[in-house]
Amino acid sequence: MTVTAFLTDSTLCIGCKACEVACKEWNQVPGDGFIWSGNSYDNTGALGHSTWRHVKFVENGVTPGLGGNSPEAFSWGFSSDVCKHCENAGCLEACPTGAIVRTEFGGVFVQPDVCNGCGYCVVACPFGVIEKDEQDGRAFKCTFCYDRQRDGLHPACASVCPTESIKFGNLDDLRAEAHGRIEKLKSMGFDDVQLYDPVDSSVAGTHAIFIVRGDPGTYNMPPKPEVPTIYLRKGWTSAAIASGLMLAATLFAFLGGRRA
Amino acid sequence: MPGLGTSFGRGGATTAQQDLANSDAILIMGSSMAENHPVGFQWVMEARKNGAKILHVDPRFTRTSAMADMWVPLRAGSDIVLLGALIRFVLENNLDFREYVLHYTNASVLLRDDFKDTEDLDGFFAGWDAEKKEYKTETWSYKDSPTNKDSGSGHGGHAKDRGGEKSQENVYEQDLTLQNPRCVYQVLKRHFSRYTPDLVEHECGIPHEIFEELATAFCSASGPEKTAAICYAVGWTQHSDGVQIIRSAAILQLLLGNIGRPGGGILALRGHASIQGSTDIPTLYDILPGYLPMPFFESDSGSLDDYLKRHTTEAGWWSNFDKYAVSLLKAYYGDQATERNDYGFNWLPRVTGDHSHLGFWLEMNKGKVEGLFVMGQNPAVGAPNSGLERKALSKLKWLVVRDMVESETASFWLDSPEISRGELRASEIDTEVFFLPAAGHAEKEGTFTNTQRLLQFHEKAVDPPGDARSETWFMYHLGRRLKEKARAHSSPRNAPLNALTWDYPVEGILAEPKVEEVLKEINGWNIVDRKLVSGYKALKSDGSTACGCWIYSGVFPKPDENNARKREPKGRYGHGWGFAWPSDRRIMYNRASARPDGQPWSERKRLVWWDQQKNQWIGYDVPDFTKSKPPDYRPPENAKGDDALPGDKPFIMHPDGFGWIWVASGLKDGPLPTHYEPLESPVQNPLYSEAGTNPAAKKLENRENPYASSPDPRFPYVLTTYRLTEHHTAGGMSRYLSHLSELQPSLFCEISPELARQLGIHTGDLVIIATARSSIRARALVTTRIRPIHLDGRVIHQVALPYHWGYKGLVKGDVVNDLIALSEEPNVRIMETKALLCNVLPGNSRTTKRKLLRARFPDQTKTTDAPAERKAS
Amino acid sequence: MPSLFSRWPLIRQITNRADGTGPEAMSPRTQSLHTRKRGAQKSRSICPYCGVGCGQLIFHRDGKLVSIEGDPESPISRGHLCPKGAASYELLTHPQRAQKVLYRRPLGTSWEELPLEQAMDMIADRVWQSRERTFVEEKDGQVVMNTTAVAHLGGATLDNEENYLIKKLFTAGLGMVCVSNQARI
Repeated sequence: MTVTAFLTDSTLCIGCKACEVACKEWNQVPGDGFIWSGNSYDNTGALGHSTWRHVKFVENGVTPGLGGNSPEAFSWGFSSDVCKHCENAGCLEACPTGAIVRTEFGGVFVQPDVCNGCGYCVVACPFGVIEKDEQDGRAFKCTFCYDRQRDGLHPACASVCPTESIKFGNLDDLRAEAHGRIEKLKSMGFDDVQLYDPVDSSVAGTHAIFIVRGDPGTYNMPPKPEVPTIYLRKGWTSAAIASGLMLAATLFAFLGGRRA
Repeated sequence: MPGLGTSFGRGGATTAQQDLANSDAILIMGSSMAENHPVGFQWVMEARKNGAKILHVDPRFTRTSAMADMWVPLRAGSDIVLLGALIRFVLENNLDFREYVLHYTNASVLLRDDFKDTEDLDGFFAGWDAEKKEYKTETWSYKDSPTNKDSGSGHGGHAKDRGGEKSQENVYEQDLTLQNPRCVYQVLKRHFSRYTPDLVEHECGIPHEIFEELATAFCSASGPEKTAAICYAVGWTQHSDGVQIIRSAAILQLLLGNIGRPGGGILALRGHASIQGSTDIPTLYDILPGYLPMPFFESDSGSLDDYLKRHTTEAGWWSNFDKYAVSLLKAYYGDQATERNDYGFNWLPRVTGDHSHLGFWLEMNKGKVEGLFVMGQNPAVGAPNSGLERKALSKLKWLVVRDMVESETASFWLDSPEISRGELRASEIDTEVFFLPAAGHAEKEGTFTNTQRLLQFHEKAVDPPGDARSETWFMYHLGRRLKEKARAHSSPRNAPLNALTWDYPVEGILAEPKVEEVLKEINGWNIVDRKLVSGYKALKSDGSTACGCWIYSGVFPKPDENNARKREPKGRYGHGWGFAWPSDRRIMYNRASARPDGQPWSERKRLVWWDQQKNQWIGYDVPDFTKSKPPDYRPPENAKGDDALPGDKPFIMHPDGFGWIWVASGLKDGPLPTHYEPLESPVQNPLYSEAGTNPAAKKLENRENPYASSPDPRFPYVLTTYRLTEHHTAGGMSRYLSHLSELQPSLFCEISPELARQLGIHTGDLVIIATARSSIRARALVTTRIRPIHLDGRVIHQVALPYHWGYKGLVKGDVVNDLIALSEEPNVRIMETKALLCNVLPGNSRTTKRKLLRARFPDQTKTTDAPAERKAS
Repeated sequence: MPSLFSRWPLIRQITNRADGTGPEAMSPRTQSLHTRKRGAQKSRSICPYCGVGCGQLIFHRDGKLVSIEGDPESPISRGHLCPKGAASYELLTHPQRAQKVLYRRPLGTSWEELPLEQAMDMIADRVWQSRERTFVEEKDGQVVMNTTAVAHLGGATLDNEENYLIKKLFTAGLGMVCVSNQARI
């Protein structure tokens, strides 16, 4: 089975939000309220239980006459965020019920019929993606359109994207494509373009990689995403040392006492 | 689209969206294509990937600007200054594509000595009748061409989509050196000589160096090896000189040799699924299907013969006018249309005034209209001065509204602002209202004609819910009832109704008429055996053929061959997918893609060429030219129609075969574009003191439709309105959908940080936007995407409002179109929505609500790197 | 009972030597997951919003819509849609979609329901009466044959065939000249 991934190229994103809508239409995700934010054209705020694709709008200053995503003056940036489907997925590792599974395509899938809404996954996600629907009681996030992938189809967001800013395919192929694209962009003068592909971090790589301009942090992409479970080994070691020491102390107390 | 129609011959986009990928530069102006046509914009992105320069000229920095290599902000309403300066830039620097210009345009044609320019007459062209407030266009003709009897009055603008009135432009004198001071080229040069970079800086607010950069980028991407395209939308059309803005673009593209060539052209971007279709097969008052003019009272009250003589040309394609007109009458009146009764010509109603939307609405407001049908349109929100429009509805005896949702128009008597303010009371409104639910696109079959003239059939998937029905169903069954009534009364007025063919077969339990039978009638057939015709070349003027819309003929050439339904795309332009009018040509005037001798201008820009072995035109597209007419063909004396056009004249609809830099007939406000200020403007016209605004435009000024003066201290700011990706026009197809409404839940007003500081306004504040007509409330969105314009040291502030909201739906908001004036551009009678005057005032600025909002959301004047708000759920 | 026991994730993990995060942890629902459009009928359509003319595929089953997606074969849209086009399924199925004929009598303060056929009869009567009252056959001995007192607005969102019938009946049949729509560019 092919290991699949998203490559989201924000230099091609026109901020239309078709990905948000197509995702909701296909996955029958409910609306999340009608609150105007005043935050550029972003009124859905962030990824959450009812927003599985989210387009972020970043407004910077404008140099008159030099607008656009041109090399000279980057002014209004758009990037479509999504669940990263981590290689070491915090949510999956934290899930005590077996509700979160890894699919044959490498994606991380929450089984709604198993999830009991404990919420451990929510705090375990280094990207703040998965969220509990307080009304429903369960946690939701991007399914990587597991049903569509099973039927040999591309996820809804990637199929719909008007400018093919969201690409879907084999992870290694997309990674290679991304490097080529970045070379091309750099040759066109886009010096600040980079690939967000956190292989060398505790998530050990993701199934959603991004081409962004400037600091990925602007788009909610931490430079070193940390899965809380990386502290498990340390935690267990400390616990083992502590218990050993306590045992030693106890023994010492008894034996030492006898000697005395 | 008379701008394109008069310039090139047909009122439609000259190119296809996919062809933008072949462009070397794309100028998007009067459009935010990425926002309003996102999927079409993929072809712009494709061009950008191939190295094309994307240039966006717009008062606002939009999602389109964000994708462009260059964004050039300008003062709303100064478009012709900039385009005129681009034309001057081409002429002064000798950048025109000379061989193309000489052979394919009327640049070399000599004009009459008695023509006077706006530059001579302080803003008026020769022929202005100050009393009638319209032009007599006689002096605009070519030198020595027989005088055009049509004065320019009479026929409405849409008839001009066909490329000029009937005229004799095939008689002309040329100066191929372009030196004669009376040739079009020299007249043009003088006309635009004042459109300097200085003027651009002072009127548009575009600095010299930015203008130079823009002009160089666009012009250097044109020539034998390169082509540049222009995309526009209602940002150009919705001005009091909208048609002339488009004309400026047409002149520029003709000078640069960009029409009829791959990657060139002018792409008019249409906002509705079948807006092109609704002018081709018009639900408009001044034309019949296929751009045949409606008969006008008096001028067309005589015989059919007079009408045909008046509109049939000697040379060019319109020499076939009589065939199309008679075939239409045969389609309408069937067997009852005979040679003896002029094929029922005198059953057709005569146009007796301005029956356009705005024209008849003013009559309605005076109580002169009894009944109104509204189908799939929502004027209570979408029309200019919608407050007046809503009040006028209350003066009807009856109103029928058909829509997919109970629209604001249907319920104007129940919950309109006039009702809530107590200005109208339901218990006093006499209007009887019928609301009928309508079927959606998946619930009926039929064809849409898209922005590139492509007819695409959509199949029916499911039945409509409840009482919802298609318009086909409604019209058919209403017509059946009315014909029933007419049968019992054989008065002269009922003769057309009795004659009207209405025998469409129905199917299913809903008794839905078979839509393909209607499409077959549109395609046309031979009367004798009902055999479908293969195309418009088979139509006759002797009553032996019927055809509902000649330009669509060929869409259904055989009983089982619905070309609009075809789904097998092949080649560069997707032939085999749908059917483009005319005759499946995807790039119009494509004869111009070859040199006069028939060979491509360059290998890179090859499209259609003359094959010497086969002795015919071949290429990647269907040639828009008589296939077997060789490039060196010269018409014999007394040749008529298409035979009268030489083999090197690509614009076959025109009697002279030229692309018209100069429009000798067909426009009501001038043979050349010239800069007029919007009807409401913060500045005086720098060029003319006498005619500051378009003299032929109608302001329709009255107590209920007042104007600000220009300038007006009460309304110091320029207002422009626009659309958002997340909504659709007046909202009937978006404000009721949760997945769209949540993306843009509230009406807002875009204000620059400079103006916001001046007024003490912050993002999230309620502001009041007032014009001479009305005032509304909106949330302020303070953003650097809106910039003040600097004119000669003076600062002009511009504010922008999206207009999608109304008083129904999941998300509600004030009606922005309440602010707009009813006004009429002279050719198509469109209103000016893109440049007017307003004031902005802080509203409710001390309320708790604002404080809450400000606490919750970061001000847009700062960089938005604050963590995104978690949405309420 | 043994089968229930063997489906217990821990047992499956042990027997499959897996870590409990793969197929062994999948519920029967997950294991049999497939798209809801599998086996549905497919109609080819065109997006009803703007003038771009994107291809759409409409999946339906037993007379009910299943989903609406972009048509990958369209040479214009290549399978893509904008947010509005992507919302087409909701456009046709949302709860505020009108399904009943509504009637508001003169001076009325609320809607009433009306059978469709009766509404059609009443509308035909209104058109007929207004036309009879206001029709002008000629003026100064010249043909007029029109009524300016019955008007129509709309068309740019409709099919060509619908516009054809509107123009044919209203203008060529009834003599209505006040006919207009959104398209005046």
